[in-house]
Amino acid sequence: MSEKAKKKVEGITMESTQAMIDAAMEIYPDKAKKKRAPHLAPNAGEGACVKSNRKTVPGIMSARGCAYAGAKGVVWGPIRDMVHVSHGPVGCGWYSWGTRRNLVTGVNGVSQFAMQFTSDFQEKDIVYGGDKKLRTLLEEAHELFPLAKGISVLSECPVGLIGDDINSVAKTASKDLDIPVIPCNCEGFRGVSQSLGHHISNDTIRDHIIGTREFREPESPYDIALIGDYNIGGDVWSVKPLLEEIGLNVKAVWTGDGELEKIAATHTVKLNLIHCYRSMNYMCRVMEEKYGIPWVEFNFFGPTKIRESLRKIAEYFDDYIKERVEAVIAKYDPIMQAVIDEYRPRLEGKTVMLYVGGLRPRHTVNAYADLGMTVVGSGYEFAHGDDYERTSPEMPEATVIYDDASEHELEQFVHELRPDLIGSGIKEKYLFQKMGIPFRQMHSWDYSGPYHAYNGFPIFARDIDMAVNSPTWKLVNAPF
Amino acid sequence: MTAEAAVKYVTEIPEEEVTRVSEWINSEEYKEKNFARQALVINPAHACQPLGAELAAHGFEGTLPFVHGSQGCASYYRSTFNRHFREPAPAVSDAMTEDGAVFGGQNNLHEGLENAYTIYKPKMMAIFTSCMPEVIGDDLTTFIKNARNKGIVPQDYPLPYANTPSFNGSHVHGYDAMLLSILQTLTDGKKIEGRCTGKLNLIAGFDANTGNYREYKRILKEIGIPNTLLADISESFDSPLDGTYRAYPGGTPLEDAADSINGKVTLTVAPYASTKTFGWIKENFSGKHISMPTPFGVAKTDQLLMTLAKEFGKAIPESLKAERGRAVDAMTDAHQYIHGKKFALYGDPDYLIGYVTFLLEMGARPYHILCSKGTKKLEKELQALLDASPYGAGCKIYINKDLWHMRSLLMTDPVDAVIGDTHGKFMARDAKVPLFRFGFPIFDRVNLHRMPLIGYQGAINMLTTICNKFIDIRDETCDDRNFEMMR
Repeated sequence: MSEKAKKKVEGITMESTQAMIDAAMEIYPDKAKKKRAPHLAPNAGEGACVKSNRKTVPGIMSARGCAYAGAKGVVWGPIRDMVHVSHGPVGCGWYSWGTRRNLVTGVNGVSQFAMQFTSDFQEKDIVYGGDKKLRTLLEEAHELFPLAKGISVLSECPVGLIGDDINSVAKTASKDLDIPVIPCNCEGFRGVSQSLGHHISNDTIRDHIIGTREFREPESPYDIALIGDYNIGGDVWSVKPLLEEIGLNVKAVWTGDGELEKIAATHTVKLNLIHCYRSMNYMCRVMEEKYGIPWVEFNFFGPTKIRESLRKIAEYFDDYIKERVEAVIAKYDPIMQAVIDEYRPRLEGKTVMLYVGGLRPRHTVNAYADLGMTVVGSGYEFAHGDDYERTSPEMPEATVIYDDASEHELEQFVHELRPDLIGSGIKEKYLFQKMGIPFRQMHSWDYSGPYHAYNGFPIFARDIDMAVNSPTWKLVNAPF
Repeated sequence: MTAEAAVKYVTEIPEEEVTRVSEWINSEEYKEKNFARQALVINPAHACQPLGAELAAHGFEGTLPFVHGSQGCASYYRSTFNRHFREPAPAVSDAMTEDGAVFGGQNNLHEGLENAYTIYKPKMMAIFTSCMPEVIGDDLTTFIKNARNKGIVPQDYPLPYANTPSFNGSHVHGYDAMLLSILQTLTDGKKIEGRCTGKLNLIAGFDANTGNYREYKRILKEIGIPNTLLADISESFDSPLDGTYRAYPGGTPLEDAADSINGKVTLTVAPYASTKTFGWIKENFSGKHISMPTPFGVAKTDQLLMTLAKEFGKAIPESLKAERGRAVDAMTDAHQYIHGKKFALYGDPDYLIGYVTFLLEMGARPYHILCSKGTKKLEKELQALLDASPYGAGCKIYINKDLWHMRSLLMTDPVDAVIGDTHGKFMARDAKVPLFRFGFPIFDRVNLHRMPLIGYQGAINMLTTICNKFIDIRDETCDDRNFEMMR
């Protein structure tokens, strides 16, 4: 067992956690039990202790989304200067319209396009195919939004099922309109979760975008790209200035408040800094293989991890950066300490359960620890084995780890563990609040943010305190 | 071509280009191009059928909405309701994936039914479809029959199911299809010759305002009419926070829904959201069948009360007469702040008719009326309302247009305010006018879904919201010398 995982929580043992898991699964039919059991385990401290990236069990009330959600909501949607067409029926684009908080700079409809573009498939499009319609709408989009740098075509389920050839339409249109038109075959039925949508989108960027532009200004040894930050609640606007403060040039952001041409020129940077490993490690590997760009994972949640990460990043650079990093840490340490001094007394000893997406179930563990809180359960909607390998050392020994948890499982674990706070998504939020348990949405920062980097931590701390200590919780039990 | 020649540099959009295009998209020229669109839909004001089906399903006791299709669809519908109501929305899917496309979705459906039935113990599962099974042509009737024969669910367990293809109609049609199937399933074999429950069956339609449901029930109680509110979401999506999570906190009792076929009167106040259901009810339900517009404003509420009083042989109670008087008093007191103001409206058909009715009653002008999924019949009905009032003159109706079209209208032919849902906030901001969130969904304000819009009280609520906002704007924007104590 690794050093880190020797953190213990009183009352939680491998046996007690396994008993809790077994009890939660008692109600399941045999087949479901057999399928779900390998996805739930006490933290063994190293390795991936649960099975992951498998099909969702039908009927279990999963929180997962689909490949389209991963493509539109995560990778493509945040690129601000492109028109993103939800190709197929009206719903998918409507549900994902403005609901992920990837904030963007620019003028809506002029230089940024955080809107809902759809081909709004009708019966006849299913019967006769939608390729012609797609061609027409690409022309219309180009005419009505002349400053759009490109168009992505994100396929919804029917497109793949009826055998449309969006790749060929996109290729011709791209040539005729003289802008990149990127076809992305991210139909929701592909794969088992959002994750395949990330992968497909990464592949599409590889095939159509990367290497097609170059920066006009001369290269510098400090050129980096920020990968896997989607600017939820303005996270990028907190991270970018910090990276600049330590002397780095942030040449491109993937993809929060992103710009297509800068993404296209990322192959010239010296280092890729990746925050959300799950959704973008594929491209980091591609750029490493093809262009020899090294990449490093970092964690900008909470002062302890920010400090560690800044030093880790500095290792890739010369003394100039190393000195600046130390100066920056010295500057922010007292500011962060003041935040901790304010909030920690009210949060000390409190417990948290997490159930989120890409990186937060492990990345935020230490930010809670900075506030004196212990994470007693964690899991992911769409992680893979390598995510769980990275999670085990962060979590205390024997705490429960869950993959693609069903609502029933979460509810049972919460009943048993009675955490002081749950950090999860909108579908879970109100269920647990009805149980009288404080909650923060950890996908969307509950309409707050940023939470990343030094500017984010004071907001994170304030929000966690507000959730845990709101006086409204005292009113839950009526006096009569 | 050499590698060097192929180099394209990163470019910035010049500021003057941004300025130029920013002005251009507000122009008449742009509006014409925008309205010439044939294929591209931008910012549509409607969702797909299954969303409506899920809302209907949540309105019944112990009912678990069950999506036959991809799990991502279910997550989208659920999160939409979570955000609008700020409430849980438990629903499952059978998580169809690629192999479903090859082999069909029967295995997923059966496994899903078995798990959901065992784990979540619903009294009924309401099945509806998303795109995938619709495209591959899954045969739900057979699949469900097979599920019963395999013993996955008991033979008599209610499993209503609706085909709700997303490439046809909107959430409103999905609501209708699911409600129809639920009523067909629950009332099957329940019709008893000569029996009359003495009750009113009320269909509120795709209405995501829990306050409205409570208001209907209050009004009926005031008059003393026993009733079954069908697809009653008032408790499902407005449950108390008391430390206990209840997966099924409310909904129309299944027994009452089953007995609704023997009702005295069945009334829909949402003709557009219950077209098919009401058509079937007319053929199959006992008693009288009445369809009338959603009671927005005084006159439509009068019509509702008079109909109810007549059909049930009751007098309209003094309390409601007084309430009417208070509404008229409020409207008269406030008329000067709204009279003559121009409004742009968008939303679902039944609500749109309600907005127009209310605004005309106030002497306001429903100037741009847009429905992004509507029919000729709707257009005619709206036009008739406009034609019947001097305040309807010059007002225009746009059917099957979207909010990007409406943005062009706001920029070229301005109004004083917009009525719609959260999705209109960008265009309203661009047009520098307030947006009144009376429709669905509301993602960016709290508790508005608890404020009833129907009936006399609803008229007071809408009026108060609108007029005070206009007064706020005056206070916030007027010169110092015109800033005064009274308004």
